[in-house]
Parts: sequence; C-alpha cells; structure tokens
Amino acid sequence: MRENPVFKIVSKILFGPIIIYGLYVQFHGDYGPGGGFQAGVIVAAAFILYSIIFGLERVRKLMPVIFVNYIMALGVLVFAGTGIASIILGANYLDYSPFAYKIYKAQHLGIIVVELGVGLTVFAVMLGLFYAFSGFKPKK
Amino acid sequence: MLILNNIPALLVAIPLLASAVVSVLPSARIAWGVAFVTTLCCLYMAFELTEIVSASLTLSYAFGGWEPPWGIAFVVDGANVHLVLLVAFISVIATVYALSTLKHEIAVEDLPKAYAVWLLTIASLFGLSMTGDAFNLFVFLEISALSSITLIALGAGQDRRALLAAYNYLIIGAIGATFYVIGVGYLYAATGTLNLLDIIKRLNEIGTNQAAVTGLAFMLAGIMVKAGVFPVHIWLPAAYSFAPSAVSSLLSAIATKVAIYYLARILFGIFIDTTHLIDLFLLFVLMPVSVIAIFYGTIAAIYQIDIKRLFALSSIAQIGYITFAFSINTHSGISAGFIHLINHALIKGALFMAVGIFAIGIGQRATMNSLRGVGRQMPITFTGFVIAGLALIGVPLTAGFISKLYLFKAIFETGNGIYVAVIAVSSALSVIYLWKIFEVMWLQEPLQPLKIEKESVVACVSLWLLVFTIITFGIYSAGVSSYGMNAANALIGVR
Repeated sequence: MRENPVFKIVSKILFGPIIIYGLYVQFHGDYGPGGGFQAGVIVAAAFILYSIIFGLERVRKLMPVIFVNYIMALGVLVFAGTGIASIILGANYLDYSPFAYKIYKAQHLGIIVVELGVGLTVFAVMLGLFYAFSGFKPKK
Repeated sequence: MLILNNIPALLVAIPLLASAVVSVLPSARIAWGVAFVTTLCCLYMAFELTEIVSASLTLSYAFGGWEPPWGIAFVVDGANVHLVLLVAFISVIATVYALSTLKHEIAVEDLPKAYAVWLLTIASLFGLSMTGDAFNLFVFLEISALSSITLIALGAGQDRRALLAAYNYLIIGAIGATFYVIGVGYLYAATGTLNLLDIIKRLNEIGTNQAAVTGLAFMLAGIMVKAGVFPVHIWLPAAYSFAPSAVSSLLSAIATKVAIYYLARILFGIFIDTTHLIDLFLLFVLMPVSVIAIFYGTIAAIYQIDIKRLFALSSIAQIGYITFAFSINTHSGISAGFIHLINHALIKGALFMAVGIFAIGIGQRATMNSLRGVGRQMPITFTGFVIAGLALIGVPLTAGFISKLYLFKAIFETGNGIYVAVIAVSSALSVIYLWKIFEVMWLQEPLQPLKIEKESVVACVSLWLLVFTIITFGIYSAGVSSYGMNAANALIGVR
C-alpha cells in the first residue's frame, strides 16, 4: 500500500498546508478557537502522516530524536521563562502587564509567547511518543 | 526583594525550569549538580517563606496578577508553611543520597532524564502543598502521580516487578484522581467557585447542600487513595518496595504526606462548619479505618521477609496513626496528626535510605536472609538504621517519642482510655518486626561469606543528616510541636 502513488503524492501535497494550518491555529488562539495545545498536535500530525507513508527512518532524518528532546525542553523554558520575565519586571509570576505600555497589548504579547511554549512542547511530546511506540521492538 | 515577593511561585517554577534543562544535559554528574543546586535554592526559599508567614499569618499569592477568587492563588499559612519546609529539606537530602545510589540502580544513560523527572516530582509536591485552588490541586496531583510513576518504573532495571507496581499505581491513582475531580465538579456546581477560601465563604452562605456534600464525599475518596489510607492503600507497598531506593525515600517521606495534609485541610479547613457529616465520617469511618490500618500494617510487616516491603507496610500503619489523630477531632488531635506527619516523614525517609545502602552493599535485594550479619560489616549505616528504627517505635529522645506523646495527650483529653491501648499494643507489635531485623543483621551469621562493597560516604552523610534531625526533634521538640499547634490553629481556629 505504501507504494501506491496516490498516498505518496497526496501526503506530499498535504504536508505543507497541515503545518501552515497548525501555525494558524497557534497564532490565532488568542482570538479564535485554538492555541498551543491544538496547534502542537496538528503540526505533529503532519510529521506522523509523513512517517506512515514514507517510513520512520526518513522522518527521523528530518526531525532527529535528540532534536525532539531539545524542543520539548525549549517549550517548557519558554513557558516558565515568561513567568520569570514577569517577576524580573516587577510583577507576579505570569503577569503579562509589564511587557508593553498598553495593558491589552501586553496581555496579547504574553499569551502568544506562552502559547508558543505550549505548542513547541506539545508538538515534541506527540512526536516523541510516536517515535517511542513505533520504534519499539519487544524482546523475545 | 524580587525573590522574596514571589517565593510561592518560584518554588514551583525553578524546579520546573531546572527539570527542562536537566532533561537535555549529556552528563549525569552535571544533571545531578543542577538538581542539587535547585533543591538548595528551594530550601533557602522555604526558610524565607517561614519567616514571612510567621510575621503575617497568611500569605496569598495571585498568579498572573489575577486576584483570587478569579485567578489561581497559592495560599501559605500555619498549616502548610512547615510542610513546604519539610518537602524542601527532604528533597535536598534525598538528592544528595541519589548521587551515590541512583547510579547503581538505573542505567547511566537514563540518569539525566531520571533527575529531570525527580525535579518535576519535587515541583509538583511544592505545588500540592501550597495551592489554594481546588482544580489547580488536581493538576498538581496528576503531575506528581505521573512523575512518581515514572520514577517507580525506573526500578525495572533491578527488578521487573517495578513495572507492574508502577502500572497498578497508574490505574489506581487515576481512579483516585477521577473521584477527586468529580467531587470538585459537584462542589463547583454548588458554590460556583474553585478557590478554597472562597468555597468556605460560599458554603457558609448556602448552608448544607446535597451537591456540596456529594462533592465532599468524592473528594475525600480521591484524596484518600493518594494518601495511602487503609482500604485504598493497595498501590503503596509494591510501589515503594520496587522503586529505586532514593525514590522510595523521597516518595515515602513526602509524597503521601502532602495528600494527608490536604485531607486535613478538606476535613477541618473547609467543611467542618458546613455539615455534621464530617463528625460522623471522622467517628464512624476514619477512626475504625485508622485502627484497622495500624494493626493491619504492623502485623503484615511482622510476617514480611522483604525489608523494603516491610517498611512500606509499616508506612500504612504510620499513616493510620496520623489519620487516627485527625479522627479524634479536637485541637490537640489535629496538632498531634501534623506532628507525626513531620516526624514520620523524617523517620521513614531515613529507614528507606539505610535499607538502600544495605542493598547496594550486598549487591542484591535486602531480605531477612540476605541481610544476615550485615550490620557488623556496615556499622555506620546500621547505627543510623537502629536509631531511626527506635524512633519508629517511639523510644524517648527520638522524634517518634514526641509524636506518641502528643497522640497520648490528645487521647487522654477525650477521656476514652481504650485508644491508649490501641497505640500501646501497636507500638509493642512494631517492636517485633524491628527486633527481628536488628537480630538478623547483628546477631546472626551470614549464610555464605559476605562480599560487601564499602559504604558510600555521601549516602551515609545524607542518612545521618536525617538521623540527627530525628534526634534533635526528639530532644528539642518545641519547633515541631509549635508547628502542630499552628496547623490546628490555622485549620479550626485558635482554641
């Protein structure tokens, strides 16, 4: 079935748009439905689709396991680091108001950065889980 | 000032940040270093927190600047400030202990990730002990359950039964968490708020309400699973006995304790004035269950061969003492419960550490057979082990004696002498299993000549730090007993 050209071509065509849709959900999450969690899952789904059609090895080349681990940590650092940044600017943890002069702009900026962290971690965790289970070989 | 104003948030945020960093570090030594520095920072902040709270009674911290009851708040008062300090203290000592023991029990390439999960567990325990939001507590409950399950499963390198133990904890813990969150849902339906202080206010306005009482029942059931209270403790013995020894001492010392603290907070801090059902629950459910737990745990421990499992079973009995003290439902009962909560954390942490050192020394699981004559070969660890064991029984000059003393005081105040017999008989029974271990380790000859590795200095230092704390609290008990008083004052008011 993997050799079927329909699957190969369709998944190649869809790979880009899925990621773009994921980014749309990511950066539109503060106004519409969506946010980092959903966006991370959608972007990871693009990679998982690609690996189902073209095999695990090619995706591992595209997004190595060590890279996934780094993204996982980076997302948490972005999230928690935003909170630390608020503290350094003299507000409570995760209080976005000091980030910009106008308070609604500050809230906007803060939530985008935090959701970016969430999105990165969720993407990496989804992909990491997929790698762990698809690469699992039971001992005989 | 920036740090001092934000201690409650930083206590969770710094271990969280550090765990993200640690998870990608290449070397186990650097990972340990980061973990150690992090826990030291947390200990410093916990000390500062006790200063702040003793000056101003209740500290409320609003996350994101959203004032409670709208936002999530951390609340630190007399009931949990020393719990935070305990979590910080034990996590420093357990991290020191982990340096010398974890590398024997876990594959070297897994160590940085293990320390990352370790820090995550500590972060979630800080969150659990401080949060003032019922739903936020559920989130921390899940983080602590998932991370401690991972730590327990790491014991599979030594014994594959650790996987089954972790899986059982996962399933039973998830059921407990589900019960808790159903309860929160009912309570939210009845009161329209999730902030604990606000819930108290609203409950006083609406009076007894069926939905609120149902919510209370579900919440209690869920928390009791996490706290390891008798009939729902079944995940506990296997989980603590197959986890790596550093993990056993960390979890047995503080993981169930924060759940017990929260149990007391639900019972006495929130619902006590709302419904007389609390009194009935304490008298007809919690008290009988605690008495059964005390005898079940102690007697099961007497017949146990495996030492780690033995102490896990004795933990069930000790948790029984704490819940028994709560179920007396007086000011001195509650303070006795909190005093034993602190003392038992120190004692059980020390015991699991000592057993871990023995097991690494003989290179196999510590059982009644494999430990024969080991005490004479490892005298430093054995002495610490004996002192911690005596404290478990409640011998004078140790912290355990202070616990028993305040427990007796609380019982005598009720005028019901039969409970004195419960405590006295169960203490006498616990002498049996401890004497069995002491006798095997000191007086019996080994079955075959022992090949003992040298005791690691670092592990002994961490064990003895706990043992010195146990002795200090046994001689100078003012600190811990005033904590018990403060906790009871914070929960049910000054009496």
